[in-house]
Amino acid sequence: MSTNGLLAVEDLVVHYAVPRGLVAAAARRPQQVVRAVDGVSFTLGRGELLALVGESGCGKTTTAQTVLRLLDPVGGRISFDGQDITALPNRSLRPLRRRMQIIYQDPYESLDPRLTVRSTVEEPLLIHRAGGSKQERAELVKDALARVELTPQELFLDRYPHELSGGQRQRVAIAASIVLGPDLLVADEPVSMLDVSVRAGVLGLLDRLRQAGLGILMITHDLSTAARYADRIAVMYLGRIVEEGPAYAVIRDPQHPYTKALLSVVPRRDPRERSRPQILTGEAPDAVRIPVGCRFHPRCPRAIADCREIDPTLEPHGEGTGHRAACILAG
Amino acid sequence: MSSLLEIEELNVWFDLPRGGTLHAVQGVSFTLDRGERLGLVGESGCGKSTTVLGLLGLLPPSATISGRVLLDGVDIMAGGEETVRPHRWTDLAIVFQGAMNALNPVQTVSSQIVEALELHGLASGRAARARVGELLESVGIPRDRGERFPHEFSGGMRQRAAIAMALACNPSVLVADEPTTALDVMVQAQILELLDALCRDFGLALLLVTHDLPVVAQLCDRAAVMYAGEIVEGGPVDDLFHDPRHPYTRLLFAATPDLYGEGAPVSIPGAPPRLDRPLVGCPFHTRCDRAFARCTDERPLLKDVAAGRAAACHLNDVPAEVPV
Repeated sequence: MSTNGLLAVEDLVVHYAVPRGLVAAAARRPQQVVRAVDGVSFTLGRGELLALVGESGCGKTTTAQTVLRLLDPVGGRISFDGQDITALPNRSLRPLRRRMQIIYQDPYESLDPRLTVRSTVEEPLLIHRAGGSKQERAELVKDALARVELTPQELFLDRYPHELSGGQRQRVAIAASIVLGPDLLVADEPVSMLDVSVRAGVLGLLDRLRQAGLGILMITHDLSTAARYADRIAVMYLGRIVEEGPAYAVIRDPQHPYTKALLSVVPRRDPRERSRPQILTGEAPDAVRIPVGCRFHPRCPRAIADCREIDPTLEPHGEGTGHRAACILAG
Repeated sequence: MSSLLEIEELNVWFDLPRGGTLHAVQGVSFTLDRGERLGLVGESGCGKSTTVLGLLGLLPPSATISGRVLLDGVDIMAGGEETVRPHRWTDLAIVFQGAMNALNPVQTVSSQIVEALELHGLASGRAARARVGELLESVGIPRDRGERFPHEFSGGMRQRAAIAMALACNPSVLVADEPTTALDVMVQAQILELLDALCRDFGLALLLVTHDLPVVAQLCDRAAVMYAGEIVEGGPVDDLFHDPRHPYTRLLFAATPDLYGEGAPVSIPGAPPRLDRPLVGCPFHTRCDRAFARCTDERPLLKDVAAGRAAACHLNDVPAEVPV
């Protein structure tokens, strides 16, 4: 683990129970579970942006919510700033919560329509009884708005969400998440609801917050965005990280067949750069019935007999590169 | 020879609940040839969806529409709903973004398509069921899966089913409104490959409405870029990327991240103008990095700037200023 480690996740496992129904329960059929996260490990440092990428249902959002202890894991360990928080009771968790924040995909849904920008950004301070006097809180609110570049602040303080554009709303959500001065920010698809012309602005803002020392765990399905803004990328498939490493290495020199396929289907903006999509058939199986052996083997274009037997672990690719892949065929 | 589909000076106004009107589509004209793939791109609120709903006669009653929609040279909008209806689905079919909402949840997929065939008097009984089997296979769904309900399908399968239903009456134009927006990138690739194959194999013309420039760049022959209710630039996708003639086109590409692109994407400052009040000057001038005096006073018209290319920007009148 790196010395500036902020977050360390080891072998995290999160299950959701599948409702059985009366008949199945009476017949004592075994309880089925969705193995949403099935052994995930990663670290995140201060001033680092780690992108968790993958298709819907791969467990990226569940991972992020569990890291914040919004969900409880059934196995594994979560350390935040050196402290094991895996089983910490809510009461002891509370002081840590102000240091870990989350922003969601849809700023149209995540902001309370009846609260002004001022109240929205001030609310976390009131909940955590932080920020001192009314006057000091007002200063903190203005400072947070300045950091998300909603200036002059007087223009925004008394507005309601419906009076703001999508990009401005997401900036308000970010302001509310940084007003307590957190160390960790989880950004769950922070720009996918926004128009293309304003996305770069919000991502640039997150990038500057990262440079100022914030550790950001960004969940995204957009590899082009991850390629540009992440320090490291972790590719998830069916509850596991199948490849992880420096963004440049994962994008330019992918090792796992799933990563290669995903990259090949990303449309390029230059019409001359015709992508040669390597289209996988079907969709990822559901996480109730995870294939034995390598979980990707039924869809893998390169699978060999061993892949049906061996469940590969993340192995380093090259010396000291920090690039790892979970594939027995990876070099 | 005239184009398969010609849109001339389409205008759409919406009556606002609190009075006033919103001029959502402002004099949009474009053509679509047989087997051609045209992308209609722009950001939310630019009028791209309203344009296609308008030409299909699917706008709500609060909308007022003017202009001409020529299908094989015949104006199908002239008589309102009476003249549009015979062509909807039979000549012009549409696929929407949320395939879940386009399918009836309490009916099997096959029976919904059978219903469409019977309603249009194209087939019934056993013949209709056989035709449904063919349609499902043409979009990559095994025949027997048709007996299932929409909720038993994945997102990608539902979108395929919606495409199969749109193809039921052998249309010559398929309008696809954000067909892959809610889908994962791998499923998106599958649907784009399917649309590509349908155009190639059946000579279908595609009008693809999307906010996603790279999808248009990869799938379409030509594109029209919309901003504030009007088309600001149109032409072959290659030219739009490599030699844009409107600053909005250039800036929109610059704001789009690319997997292997160098440099950071740059956002466009400001926001589009409100369409519930008259526009003065170029609608883009407040956000444009090349605006000059004329742009604030005079609205540029969409003019031919090269063979097969048109743009609505005053910079094209100043030879020394090109490229934008």
